[in-house]
Amino acid sequence: MTAVEVISRHEIIKEFRRSKSGLGGAAILLGLILMTVYSVAAVPLESFRQWNSPNFWIDLPKSAAPEWTNVGFGEKVPEHVVLHARDAAMSTSMEGGVRTVTHSYTVNFSYDDYPSDFMLLYSARYGSTQPVLQIDVLRPDGREFRVYFASLPSSQQGDNEFSGRVFSTDRAVEESLGNHAGAFSYRQDPSRPHVMLFSDAEESRVLKGTYVIRETFYLFDANDSVQDSGVILGGKVYGIMGTDELRRDLAIGILWGAPVALFIGLTVSVAAVMIGLIYGVAAGYKGNRTDEGLMRINDIFYSLPTLPLLVILSVTVGRSIFLITGFLVIFGWVGMAKISRSLALQIKHLQYVEAAKLMGQSDFNIIFRHIIPQLLPLTFASIAIAVPGAILGEAAVSFLGLGDPAVPTWGQILHEANSAGAASRGLWWWIVPPGLMIAITGLAFVLIGNALDAIVNPRSRRM
Amino acid sequence: MGGFGRFLIKRSINMIIVLFATLVLTIALLGPTMDKILVDAIRFYAVEEVNHQELKFPTAEERQRYIDERVSLQIRTLGLDQPWYHPTRFTNTVLKVMVLDLGKSNYLTSDTGSSNVRDIILERMPKTILLFTTSTLIVTVIGLYLGAFVASRAGSVWDRLNSTFAVFSGSFPTWWVGMLMIFAFAFTYHIFPARSTPLTDPSDPAYALDLLYHMLLPLITIVIVGFGSWAYIVRYFVVGILGEDYIAAKRAAGIPENRIIYSHALKNAAPPIVTVVALSLAGSFGGAITVEAVFDWPGMGQLYYAAIGFLDIPIIIGLTYVSTLIFIVTVFATDIIYAYFDPRVKVA
Repeated sequence: MTAVEVISRHEIIKEFRRSKSGLGGAAILLGLILMTVYSVAAVPLESFRQWNSPNFWIDLPKSAAPEWTNVGFGEKVPEHVVLHARDAAMSTSMEGGVRTVTHSYTVNFSYDDYPSDFMLLYSARYGSTQPVLQIDVLRPDGREFRVYFASLPSSQQGDNEFSGRVFSTDRAVEESLGNHAGAFSYRQDPSRPHVMLFSDAEESRVLKGTYVIRETFYLFDANDSVQDSGVILGGKVYGIMGTDELRRDLAIGILWGAPVALFIGLTVSVAAVMIGLIYGVAAGYKGNRTDEGLMRINDIFYSLPTLPLLVILSVTVGRSIFLITGFLVIFGWVGMAKISRSLALQIKHLQYVEAAKLMGQSDFNIIFRHIIPQLLPLTFASIAIAVPGAILGEAAVSFLGLGDPAVPTWGQILHEANSAGAASRGLWWWIVPPGLMIAITGLAFVLIGNALDAIVNPRSRRM
Repeated sequence: MGGFGRFLIKRSINMIIVLFATLVLTIALLGPTMDKILVDAIRFYAVEEVNHQELKFPTAEERQRYIDERVSLQIRTLGLDQPWYHPTRFTNTVLKVMVLDLGKSNYLTSDTGSSNVRDIILERMPKTILLFTTSTLIVTVIGLYLGAFVASRAGSVWDRLNSTFAVFSGSFPTWWVGMLMIFAFAFTYHIFPARSTPLTDPSDPAYALDLLYHMLLPLITIVIVGFGSWAYIVRYFVVGILGEDYIAAKRAAGIPENRIIYSHALKNAAPPIVTVVALSLAGSFGGAITVEAVFDWPGMGQLYYAAIGFLDIPIIIGLTYVSTLIFIVTVFATDIIYAYFDPRVKVA
């Protein structure tokens, strides 16, 4: 019996259907493909392109846990609140040539924890005289805190629109709130405005109730106008997967990671296995010195330290996802070349190959027409088995901070989590899903590959 | 000369070619960056020198000319006026590294303050060896017994459980499991430190104990991720051997089943298993980079990670070379031992 058995495609499919683990792998793969389709069809492409630009994600909360962690009997932590001018009660008054525009936002805050931060948005159109913005918060206990009072930045041109935001971490907010520290019967720290603003005056706990946040614009020119305003109370929970330190929605990062991982895994494994197949068959079929030479080169590649060289390549040559894919191919074909060489050594002595040779067919023809087709079933199994290695390789490079900065990958999310010390700070939602996705994707292909291998490879079938 | 001698020579030449190829590749890739960094450093020090000595120059141009002269003098003495691929320079660099003259680092130093790359690497190497040898030993022992155990019950629930675990744990990146372990045992339960670099001074006698305590979490992580696949490999070899005729003969002779499995079968499965152990140990540097980066374990992998951050090219070249050297020498040694004991290999 030869090591190579001819199995029809029909037979492979029939046997694969009987393999439970193979079907399990196929089911996971289907899930990943659905994720890919969903992210391409339903998630705005802009979130993919802008993944690494902090401005795109600024309206989201920082390091927020997934929303479903809030369900239960325990403490309720604040959800994310985003309000814009359309949610506000507006009023305008004139007094002595000064127009006063007030936007008041009513927020019912009844959580057991303070918001993680807050942002107050404004957008106004004005000329050379800057309007003044005043922000007050009326608390449920009747106290009113002045949060901010300053003129908007001066405009260079005659008529321009200026949008900005007052952050809770702004120096001006801290100074303004410092005047209200006396309202508390205990020591309050004005450098944490998001805590101070929502604290009970008698004891250190959250003051629940209805807050009114008022943004008052003083306009000194008849042509000036207020375009928009807004209030963002940073939640401690957000979305189904939470956010990271840079306020990015992790669910979107996880979704976009699926097509990227599938692309890398499949491209690398198909290219590497095909190269290895042709290389190995050529070496085995030609034999003698060609074989010797080709196998020496193969030995060199086998002994090269893969990860260190991948790292060096991405530091010096480049980090684009296509380059990294290419680098992974360079190191990926070695194993397949060894296997296919040993199989070609057996096949080339089969009668039909000898016959083809006697008929004067070219080596090229014999390799591609007569030997490689025999090895195709094995090739499919090898491709599936090679995918996890490629995905893990890219993940490792990204994890070391050397991945493509323009593309969100699971490895990169984990790199950022590790640099931010997510594990030792308890931000599990930043660590668990991306790693799980890497593992599950690898698992899917291992299961499919093992099932195929058991069908096409008689040696493992015996086991 | 006998077949074995020829085999030995062939393998030795092969080994030197591989080492040379790795070096050429590494230096070719890093050469341009290295030169740029060196020239920048020379310029920086020349300007520093002028500022420091408070040399007075009548005009700014003259000051600039003085600095430029100093820089070009330095560049010429260091041979940097030739490009990195200039034959003499290139050969010099390659030969120097091959005999482990690794030069001086740009930024990183050893704990004792030396900036000699060889000193830095030698200081880190024992820690990587300690962590990865210990974990490989534990994994091997667990793998051997678990593998033999499930092999004797092939097809049982235990066997299937082990196979499933092996497939699962094989898909998990070790560094990710490391992050989970830090979350579980450093953040949630404060059992182990989150960073594995001990705070004790290395000269302190308590350092060794502290180091071992800091080693536990990375060690447990590597063992958990590794032993499943190991047991699976051992099972594969042992099942093959249990099907052989001589085992059937031993059974017929009435030797207890346990003794057959744990003594006879394991002994015969040993050579391939030892090879796999040796190769995985020798190749553990790649994994060390990510695992040591996660745990901040002060070994060679963490040094490599730090060197990338600082673009400390002499260290990157040195580590890449040393790790290749370790791997190739191990492959060489296992090949030789194998060939010596197995007459079939010699002919091939």
